Amino acid sequence: MVVKRKRKERIDRGIKARSDDIFALTSFREMLYVAVPPVLPVLLLLVLPLVLPLYWKKVLISAAVFALLAMSWDFIAAVGMVSLGQALFFGMGAYTTGVLDHYAGLPIWLSIPLATVIGGFLSAILLLPVIRLRGVYFSMVTLVLPLMIERIIEATALFGGTEGITGIQSFPNQWVEVYLVLVVLLLCLFGFRRLMTSDYGLVLKAVSDNDRAVMSAGINIYWSKAQALFIAGSVGSFCGAYLTHVYMFVGMPAFALDYSILPLASAVVGGMGTFAGSVMGAMILVPLSEALRGVGGLRTVIYAISLVVFIVALPEGIFHYIQRKYHQFERWVEVEG
Amino acid sequence: MVETSQTESPQPLLRVKELSKSFGGVRAVVAVSFDLYPGELLGVIGPNGSGKTTLVNLITGLVKPDAGLVEYQGRNITGWMPYRVARLGIARTFQMVRPFAALPAFKNLIIPLFSPRVRSLSGGKYGDRDSVAKDLLEEVGFERDSSVTYKPAGSLPHGYLKRLELAKCLALRPDLIILDELFSGLSIAELAGILPIIEKLLVGGTTIIMIEHRLRELFRIANRVVVLNYGRVIAQGKPADVMEQPDVKEAYLGTE
Repeated sequence: MVVKRKRKERIDRGIKARSDDIFALTSFREMLYVAVPPVLPVLLLLVLPLVLPLYWKKVLISAAVFALLAMSWDFIAAVGMVSLGQALFFGMGAYTTGVLDHYAGLPIWLSIPLATVIGGFLSAILLLPVIRLRGVYFSMVTLVLPLMIERIIEATALFGGTEGITGIQSFPNQWVEVYLVLVVLLLCLFGFRRLMTSDYGLVLKAVSDNDRAVMSAGINIYWSKAQALFIAGSVGSFCGAYLTHVYMFVGMPAFALDYSILPLASAVVGGMGTFAGSVMGAMILVPLSEALRGVGGLRTVIYAISLVVFIVALPEGIFHYIQRKYHQFERWVEVEG
Repeated sequence: MVETSQTESPQPLLRVKELSKSFGGVRAVVAVSFDLYPGELLGVIGPNGSGKTTLVNLITGLVKPDAGLVEYQGRNITGWMPYRVARLGIARTFQMVRPFAALPAFKNLIIPLFSPRVRSLSGGKYGDRDSVAKDLLEEVGFERDSSVTYKPAGSLPHGYLKRLELAKCLALRPDLIILDELFSGLSIAELAGILPIIEKLLVGGTTIIMIEHRLRELFRIANRVVVLNYGRVIAQGKPADVMEQPDVKEAYLGTE
């Protein structure tokens, strides 16, 4: 007896096939089909600060910072290093800019770039001893490092100890403040996406795939990993340096667990390995957390539940889901068997 | 003058001396010694678990030896990191083929083509890696511009994966290639396709070590074989002579 079953079929839309990898597009509609996904969100992001009230502008800033941290997480995760300690990168940048500002009196336009590079460098150096660890072992160390540095600062009263450093320069005006982070966000987003499709990016991804084969191909994977840590560390350090100048303060909270966990959650909810997913995740989770402030005591519970719902309902991530819906349609077909 | 000195006392390309490695209580490789001369094809055979793959891992640096010496072109490379060994010109295939599955077949070759060895051999420039990769695939028997070249490596049939492994080696432009059971799982037709490639490499002067279970095909091309059993060398010499030795017969066929 033949049993008829229904199966869901996914088929590329005709317009996808027509506009895929073809550079001579034939119609305005196809041009829009290709151009809208990258251009529309960019425009939206650039226009938002003009229309948002001050409070939500600050939320946007915070979301952008977490998006950057999430991308930095996503980048080293693609190289096979699952970090539970983006706070390390963040804190390194935050304290570096704080020290450069407070002790060396550097202007803001010097302290932020310097902190970005020095912070990235220090982060990579700190993780260098454990660069050979794989999987969970590497993750554990990244989790512990920022917490340990926090305690060291507390115990030795380094850089103001528990008081931190106050009176750090702020940005000249709120427009510089908000557009600086948005421009860096977009540069990182498209930069990372481009990097990962380059040959250099292929090699990095291959390291997480099969590191023995990469080594046997004559590539020093530890050097590659160190470079990746420097890049991710710099992005994270920029976040720390930037927010330090926004808050005009740096202290132990720069190494707080929030800066480790929220970026990870953003990347997972948004969709790993795409960078755009990281941005999307942060742009949803951070405002959601703010919007829930009105709820009161149950805020964290509701936040946690919504996280679970996202992950259970869309395990592939929001970005992958939207991408699929955009390019493909689904239909039910009857199959025998 | 140079020629006579080469024929009289040729310098071995690779010298393995008293190499040993234990994993816990298991003595995987025990005091293995052999010399390998330029242009030779050396077969390494032995029953399953006799330490063949461990020997390859010891030479290429994936496993550090407990004792012994590996010399390549007169240089002591014992315990070097795998990437440094590879940069000297020792390339290897893996017994378990694990391609970079998500990448198109030809993009798999980008990884070896990205190594500093390739850059220094081509005069400080990498060149167009994509086209070099496609040329290499053609060399190992991927039809030129067939769709297979562009398919994700994870979806390739076994025969193509083995060729891809070989191409990954060739990308490094090696002087010594170590093939770990390249022939396993290949059909007669696929073997007929891949044997000429190896013969061509030999003619081109590449030195090859082959770990192999398919003795008939190996013996057709091997100059010498080393037989391992329980991590020890029980015989070495010309293929035909080696198989006549009672120890070897026993290891392969069991006692009578």
